[in-house]
Amino acid sequence: MDTLVSKYAHTASSASFDTADNLGDNLAGWDAASQFALPTFDIPMVANPMDFLRAHTDASAENHIRIQHGTTTLAFKFQGGIVVAVDSRASGGSYIASGTVKKVIEINPYLLGTMAGGAADCQYWERELGRRCRLYELRNKERISVAAASKVLSNMVYDYKGMGLSMGTMITGWDKTGPHLFYVDANGTRMKGERFSVGSGSTYAYGVLDTGYDYNLSIPDALELGRRAIYHATHRDAYSGGSINLYHVKESGWEYKGNHDVGELHWEYQAIPKGPIV
Amino acid sequence: MDTLVGITGKDFVITAFDSKAVASITLMKTGEDKSRELNSHALMLFSGEPGDGVHFSEYIERNIKLYGIRHGIELSPKAVASFARRELADSLRSRKPYAVNLLIAGYDVKTDKPSLYWIDHLASSVDVPFAAHGYGGYYCLSVLDRYHRQDITEEEGIKLMQKCIQEIRSRMIMSMPDFIAKIVNKDGIRLVQL
Repeated sequence: MDTLVSKYAHTASSASFDTADNLGDNLAGWDAASQFALPTFDIPMVANPMDFLRAHTDASAENHIRIQHGTTTLAFKFQGGIVVAVDSRASGGSYIASGTVKKVIEINPYLLGTMAGGAADCQYWERELGRRCRLYELRNKERISVAAASKVLSNMVYDYKGMGLSMGTMITGWDKTGPHLFYVDANGTRMKGERFSVGSGSTYAYGVLDTGYDYNLSIPDALELGRRAIYHATHRDAYSGGSINLYHVKESGWEYKGNHDVGELHWEYQAIPKGPIV
Repeated sequence: MDTLVGITGKDFVITAFDSKAVASITLMKTGEDKSRELNSHALMLFSGEPGDGVHFSEYIERNIKLYGIRHGIELSPKAVASFARRELADSLRSRKPYAVNLLIAGYDVKTDKPSLYWIDHLASSVDVPFAAHGYGGYYCLSVLDRYHRQDITEEEGIKLMQKCIQEIRSRMIMSMPDFIAKIVNKDGIRLVQL
């Protein structure tokens, strides 16, 4: 039995939260400090992690690493819930690394996160957020609120502030108090809002979104506004493009509203007359 | 760059902050609360590095509230300011200091005196009759020097704050659409419409 236990007591990644969770020694009580401790992973053994990162990502560095950056993402609240729309281009410098990136991260059936900035940072931390939300659900027999989930994320990344994390995300979902939208970034900024756009193409997306927005938009009109705002951003912003992923968040959870190639959309929109200015 | 303003009067302190939340060149939101109620009679306004303000002020808020619960008595505004300033001073010599500027407005229910503390990101703390942080200060401090008296009433305080904000709005190149104002007096903390 002991050999069996010792075999599974340590996994390859000796994460600190794993060992603290051992059944035997934690029967006395629930230890919040260890339960909510961050998983530990290697940080470069240098005085300033930011300098270290810069030494490897600067254009002047030999064989420098290009981190995926350009993006356009948006989300807004309206009468029928929340619309989330994103592009799908991954670029490293002037090179298009991919045109089929999933920038909406499905945290659970009621929570969505968007991805702008470093792809790895967004994916890692939003997946970690998903794990914590699931644990919360199991402990409390109740789903986590969007406010709490976004605060968990902002607290996690704030612990790594100044170490070079790059992340600009929107956390959306529907909890027992209704639909909610939060903006969270790697600075530790977290704010509630009605309408956000994040990424290099965000200014272009805001232009279309702000002028066409109305809280009382119908569901099809709202989805079309989100899609159109991203399309116009991909048209102007060289670092955004590929295709659009659309989501609608409603009381029963989020629903995927398809993938729309901006190359094809361009000719569809060309064919439609622009109509009167009101 | 955010603007914070605070003015003490006879039996109150009025504070105001611009409610813009900015990311790079984009205005992300208006109506963002850049203040935290530390206890029933102490209010902290913060500006500076994004993220730091909320984290620092909530950390101070929780410790001050904990003190109240533990001892059954609230810290005076002076004690609150000393505590916040000490935490900031200790953080200043750490690997990653908090980069926040603070205004702490309080009303001491024991001595029946209002007070205002100006604390900067280097943890200087000064007890002042009126104060400002950010570019807004360049415009409204002269207005305050000209019109402020120690015995102004709440109505006068509100009018004086309106003068300050009017000056900032009309002379500063950045648009300052929304200010949020709060008053601290013997009854506690309340929002005021400017």
